[in-house]
Amino acid sequence: MGLSGSGKSTLLRCINRLIEPTAGNIILDGEDVATADSEELREIRRKKMGMVFQNFALIPHRTVLDNVAYGLEIQGISKEERDVKGKEAIETVGLKGYEDSKTSQLSGGMQQRVGLARALATDPDILLMDEAFSALDPLIRSEMQDELLALEEKMQKTIVFVSHDLDEALKLGDRIMIMHDGKIAQIGTAENILTEPADDYVSKFVAGVDRTKILTAETVMKRADPVVSMNSSPKVALQLMREHGISSIFVVNREKHLKGIISVDDAVSGSKAGKTIKDVMTEDVTVTHLDTPLNELIPTIENSSPIAVTKDDGKLLGVIVRGSVLGALAIEEV
Amino acid sequence: MVIPKIPIGEGVEKVVNWIEDDFGILLDIFSDVTDYIISGLNDTLLLFPPIVFALIIGIAAYFIGRKDLKLAIGSTVGLLLIENMGLWVLSMETISLVLTSASLALIIAIPLGIISAKNEFAYHVIKPLLDLMQTMPSFVYLIPAVIFFGLGNVPGLVATIVFAMPPAIRLTTLGIQQVPKELTEVADAFGSTPWQKLTKVELPTALPSIMAGVNQCIMLSLSMVVIAAMIGARGLGYQVLIGIQRVDIGQGFEAGLGIVIIAIILDRFTQHLTPK
Repeated sequence: MGLSGSGKSTLLRCINRLIEPTAGNIILDGEDVATADSEELREIRRKKMGMVFQNFALIPHRTVLDNVAYGLEIQGISKEERDVKGKEAIETVGLKGYEDSKTSQLSGGMQQRVGLARALATDPDILLMDEAFSALDPLIRSEMQDELLALEEKMQKTIVFVSHDLDEALKLGDRIMIMHDGKIAQIGTAENILTEPADDYVSKFVAGVDRTKILTAETVMKRADPVVSMNSSPKVALQLMREHGISSIFVVNREKHLKGIISVDDAVSGSKAGKTIKDVMTEDVTVTHLDTPLNELIPTIENSSPIAVTKDDGKLLGVIVRGSVLGALAIEEV
Repeated sequence: MVIPKIPIGEGVEKVVNWIEDDFGILLDIFSDVTDYIISGLNDTLLLFPPIVFALIIGIAAYFIGRKDLKLAIGSTVGLLLIENMGLWVLSMETISLVLTSASLALIIAIPLGIISAKNEFAYHVIKPLLDLMQTMPSFVYLIPAVIFFGLGNVPGLVATIVFAMPPAIRLTTLGIQQVPKELTEVADAFGSTPWQKLTKVELPTALPSIMAGVNQCIMLSLSMVVIAAMIGARGLGYQVLIGIQRVDIGQGFEAGLGIVIIAIILDRFTQHLTPK
């Protein structure tokens, strides 16, 4: 990810040597692509790498199927076999039924699906995508991004995706490399980059990002401390709340599984009446998971009762209070 | 002080003489082979009775022109008019000469165009040569052609080839240079050999431009074949020449009309063969 002129497309093209690297190594499966001779390089390009281009780059006089099968055709694979594989790839990208269409009759989004199918047809280990969705309308782009994520989930390929759109990078990238003037400014996860920008350039760059989409429950939660045990009494709960200056407290069992919540009012009336924890607690707790994005939590946090972060089995991991969410969002304003 | 004349003309003469003396046998072989091709094609064309030939061309025009009735009828009527003017045999000679010279010109021009698109050095050598060939008055080509091959169809053919090549070379080069960079990157990124890249991506993408070159080449061949009548090439051009020498307006005009009809048919045919 980087602005135009930052060298991201050049770097991508160095990986399959459409541009010859002047220095350094490209290690793929333990072998150096940078020093491969032309025969070896051709083999690597045929078997291990597929590429998707910004302006689709479909061969104009070929049908959809013949475009998709191009990579197989030049490997000398028989017409029957490449038609079968080509059709599979076309189905994968959701273009079944368009095999014999001319590419010029397709919309931009469909053309790029053809481009993607062409790269998938040879079943490469690595997909190189050069601003693959930049030429598409915003709605189509977002749709293609979702589909790419779903495809990636299914096929488990390494995808190197070049983009100048930070939102796109944050949405698609497991790891994001930000480039600036031909150098790497930072490599990290979306959260890394947002929360710990490596330098001024990166922090300026990410300043405009809508953090609520990127930051997750995990980033803003605090350790759920203190908690009160089921076997304890309302009086203990009240004591703990007083000590920590909080207005409610989670109730957990011995395995630290969340059972409920006690507010300070209930604890006061409960301890006077001599009731047990179980009697005074309420099981009505808002629960969320570690990877829930912040923008989904904001509506629930408004009513100011804390949100519990749990594992799938109910184990309490942390707590999110209103203040910590606002705190995380405020970094952006600095 | 008198500056002595630089002997450019003398130098060219020497080179021409040297070629004639040392490569005489090769020139003779070339002459015999091309003469054989031209007369063979001519004999084949004359096998058909004019009416049958005109109808075949009409039907072909109908399909090539994507069911264009106007072109079909126009071609048939035009050819019948040529027959009616008594110019059939001469026209077939002209067509044989044009097709042979244009084919030979294209066989040389298209590979040269490809080389000049691929190779920077070749481009810088070929480009000024093309400029020279296209600005040189066409009559000038007739002189060395006569010296090498005497009078007749063959020198006409050679002069025509030289004259008709440049646009085909240029448009082939242009077509290949204009193939979008992303497309050549596609060819490379998927691991094409240079030959696969040329034949599967570059040439098909450049085809409209190359076909425009083919069309130009055929049209220029026709115009040069007429001029080549001055060095003994047969056909309609010869008829025009006689018309000029005898100041026979009628005969000259009829022959000229025949050339126009052939030109239109050849032009429309090649244009319709170009993929849109």
